[in-house]
Amino acid sequence: MKKSHIIGIVIIGLAIMIIMSTAGDASTYVSFGEAIERAHDGDNSKVHVVGRLKKDPQGHIVNMQYDPVADPNYFSFTLVDTNRVEQRVVYYNPKPQDFERSEQVVITGNMQQDVFVADKILLKCPSKYVEKDINKTASL
Amino acid sequence: MINTLIGDIGHTSVIVAFVAAIVSSLAYFMAARTKTEATGDTSWRNLARGAFYVHGVAVLMIVFSLFNIIYEHRYEYYYAWSHSSNHLPIHFMISCFWEGQEGSFLLWIFWHVVLGVTLMNVGKKRKEWEAPVMAVFSFVQLFLTSMILGIVIGDVKIGSSPFILMRDFMADAPVFKMDPNFLPQDGTGLNPLLQNYWMVIHPPTLFLGFAATLVPFAFAMAGLWKGKFTEWVKPTLPWAHFAAVSLGIGIVMGAYWAYETLNFGGYWNWDPVENAVYIPWLVLVGAIHTMVAFRRSKQGLRASFILVITSFLLVLYATFLTRSGILGNASVHSFTDLGLSGQLFTYLAAFVVLAVGMLVYNWKKIPATEKELTTYNGEFWIFIGAAVLCLASFQVLATTSIPVYNSFMGFIGIETNAALPADQIAHYTKFQLWAGMAVAILSGIGQLLWWRKVDKASFWDAITMPGMLTLLFSSLIIILSNKFAILPFKLDNPVYIALLVASLFSVFANLSIILGLIHKKVSLSGGAVSHIGIALMLIGILFSSGYSKIISQNNSGLLYSRELPEDINRDNVLLWRNQAVDMDKYSVSYRGKFFEVAGMPGYVNQEILFRTNDEYKAIARAQVKVNGKVYYNIGDTLDLESPENTYYELEYKNRETGKSFLLYPRAQVNPNMGLLASPDIKSFADRDLYTHVSSIAPEEKEWSAIKEYDIAMGDTIVLNDYIAVFHGVEMINKVPGVELKKGDVAVQADMQILGEAKSYHVHPLLIFKDGMAGYFPEEVADLGMRVTLLNIDPAKESFKIGVNTTQREWIILKAMEKPFVNILWIGTLIMALGFTMAIVRRSKDGVPVANAARPDKKRKAQVV
Repeated sequence: MKKSHIIGIVIIGLAIMIIMSTAGDASTYVSFGEAIERAHDGDNSKVHVVGRLKKDPQGHIVNMQYDPVADPNYFSFTLVDTNRVEQRVVYYNPKPQDFERSEQVVITGNMQQDVFVADKILLKCPSKYVEKDINKTASL
Repeated sequence: MINTLIGDIGHTSVIVAFVAAIVSSLAYFMAARTKTEATGDTSWRNLARGAFYVHGVAVLMIVFSLFNIIYEHRYEYYYAWSHSSNHLPIHFMISCFWEGQEGSFLLWIFWHVVLGVTLMNVGKKRKEWEAPVMAVFSFVQLFLTSMILGIVIGDVKIGSSPFILMRDFMADAPVFKMDPNFLPQDGTGLNPLLQNYWMVIHPPTLFLGFAATLVPFAFAMAGLWKGKFTEWVKPTLPWAHFAAVSLGIGIVMGAYWAYETLNFGGYWNWDPVENAVYIPWLVLVGAIHTMVAFRRSKQGLRASFILVITSFLLVLYATFLTRSGILGNASVHSFTDLGLSGQLFTYLAAFVVLAVGMLVYNWKKIPATEKELTTYNGEFWIFIGAAVLCLASFQVLATTSIPVYNSFMGFIGIETNAALPADQIAHYTKFQLWAGMAVAILSGIGQLLWWRKVDKASFWDAITMPGMLTLLFSSLIIILSNKFAILPFKLDNPVYIALLVASLFSVFANLSIILGLIHKKVSLSGGAVSHIGIALMLIGILFSSGYSKIISQNNSGLLYSRELPEDINRDNVLLWRNQAVDMDKYSVSYRGKFFEVAGMPGYVNQEILFRTNDEYKAIARAQVKVNGKVYYNIGDTLDLESPENTYYELEYKNRETGKSFLLYPRAQVNPNMGLLASPDIKSFADRDLYTHVSSIAPEEKEWSAIKEYDIAMGDTIVLNDYIAVFHGVEMINKVPGVELKKGDVAVQADMQILGEAKSYHVHPLLIFKDGMAGYFPEEVADLGMRVTLLNIDPAKESFKIGVNTTQREWIILKAMEKPFVNILWIGTLIMALGFTMAIVRRSKDGVPVANAARPDKKRKAQVV
């Protein structure tokens, strides 16, 4: 066999390894139900969950807890996923400043005991992606 | 008054540019036909040149019109309104030019014009390339111009025009129904994260790199088309180097911007938008290597074709990724979808089909040598190196495209929910680290074999010295970091040690090449120089990322008993104003909020400024001076550079040496985007100290109920645990910001409060104006106290003051150390220098006359 063929085979082998490792590391968007199931099965891989903040009938956010004076690194809130399942989420970091205004929240993390420990929070604020509102300037 | 003229000029120019690009590509195509070439007929070529120049002038007109709209604050245009604002300084007006998709397309188009005109005018001796290369060029240009065409035919939208008027863009907005000539007074402004000087120069550099990848592609296509399968490599090489260095510098500039402005704590985040440029860059660098190998040994031509074409297609793919909105869920900074994803995809598909088709059709005709490469041969190692680069690129590509797989599966009706890896850094590092190591080793071995050719013995001679130096220096670093605490890290991770050794080997091996070449011809050492640059970059990345250390660990001693896994890092500390906290070897205090004032260096404490109704103006309450020089006196009006930005003064005091320095991390509470925090960085020779605020106390304070005191001049009282002396009151005749008429009275109290660190002079004002009393209390933020002068009883000589208290102000801080990050930036500069040397050398190489004049012996040393 020629050397170039061996090298070709090695390269293809590495490429396959790369694809497999990508597939293995890829996370998924799941619901809280599935996240809990995974934790039960001993699978503590990190998942993405998309949800909204829990609000009372008046539209106020409920169950959000952040007291920076007591502990700047502890923030917890209740997230409602797309299946309307509520789950307590803990984030060991300061509360993102505009958290209350977000329309949709994407969190990454896993279930630990009975809370979901998030290590990343991606906020989707209404004004961040959609067209800006003209009335704001029009009223000036 | 609405100015529609400038928009009409702009839009007409877009159409002219589009049509001229069609004419130019068609005419160049006709000129490039073998039949035309054989007759020596230059009329097609002249027509094509003329059309390309018309195209170029039209593009300049578009640029001029768009910039005029921004510069003159013409908010009747959507582009100006949504990207600019009245208070934007000129250099940021330049960056809002390309903040939007249309503007950045325009920037790309503009660079293509510059490169095209250059190509038409340099290399007069290579005129045979002009027609086919420029045909490809104009063809690409025609696609790009159509992206800003802004024409709707039926349901199909072709391009998005930057010259659209507000009233057309928001036809449904009630304000335009009432008054079609309504003119907004101010724009919505530039994204604050982009208000940074790197954002003025980083996008043009990157887009120059993008644009420059078209040149090698155009030459490769021309080579395939005209059957000049080997000749295209020579004129392409300097351009490929140029594209690689512009892209490379553009990428690092972007990284530096992220390091300085964003607060994710580093310069590289594996964000899809970052990856989108990194992927083609790696392939392009691989292409350069195979082309260089081909120039010397006639091997690797097919690989060169594949890699050059792939790198351009990957640039198009990157454009598709970042602009189609497909990354919406995965990236925070991709463009929003302008409804052009279909058009972008069509172009991508068209070029893939065209290029791959051309390549497959001609595949058999491309000469390939059957000679087997030996292990003691530079070319062999170059090909391995190119393969490593491509694999590294492939890994990033495969992962970054996950959102694309999702939408593709959705397109064919299968629901998938794959997401990017939860820990992206770990995922990419696990391969990129080894690829980096391989690149370092191969660049060392490859260079040694390349210059000390062929036989086994001389190779082992050549490798001895660099090998010994490598072992010497790496053991030195390992011992110094582990046994003695001289370096800011402990190098004990075997993988990191391996990377360090590999990189050091690359540095020394390439250094020995340069030393060898100094005697012969130092201008040939561009490759060695840029390899040293790359190796230094690897070392810089290794230390700064691998040993980045968070020093703001929470050490408040609080007991955490909630849900909590014990291994959670508590990486942020709360700092009360004026209360020092120990972090690592520093004692850190937060000392107040500052503003940036136009026309003076440094920052000005908000405490000595009266804010006015115009948020860009403030009045000085005390002398404003820096280093003894007085910039403003009491009562002067100052211009605030950016009132939405607050700088937090932090004093770091080294507890061992007693030396201290100040840092001013910045934060802005943005109504649309939350808290935007930018770090401040203190650079030492061996490390950077990187600090940013992660959260700030809410602006509205809750004040306690007012507590009143009756006191006389000279009295001493206790206010909120602090001793306060009331010195008395005085009449004043000037109050900043208030106009005093005859009969108005203004009184100012003078009170001294002794705080922990210093004493504060408080001057609350009481004004009787038009028979009304006005109170101007003074706040001592440091003590969380507000003092109001409530009343004066002249008969009893007694005064009534009121005191409110509040919680003292705080910020939450995150600070980290990044060892030897400077090596990364230095390495980048050295890499750029090496590339530049190679460009000079390769473009001289392209002149046939010089080559022929050279005596034979020298040519051997020069090794084409």
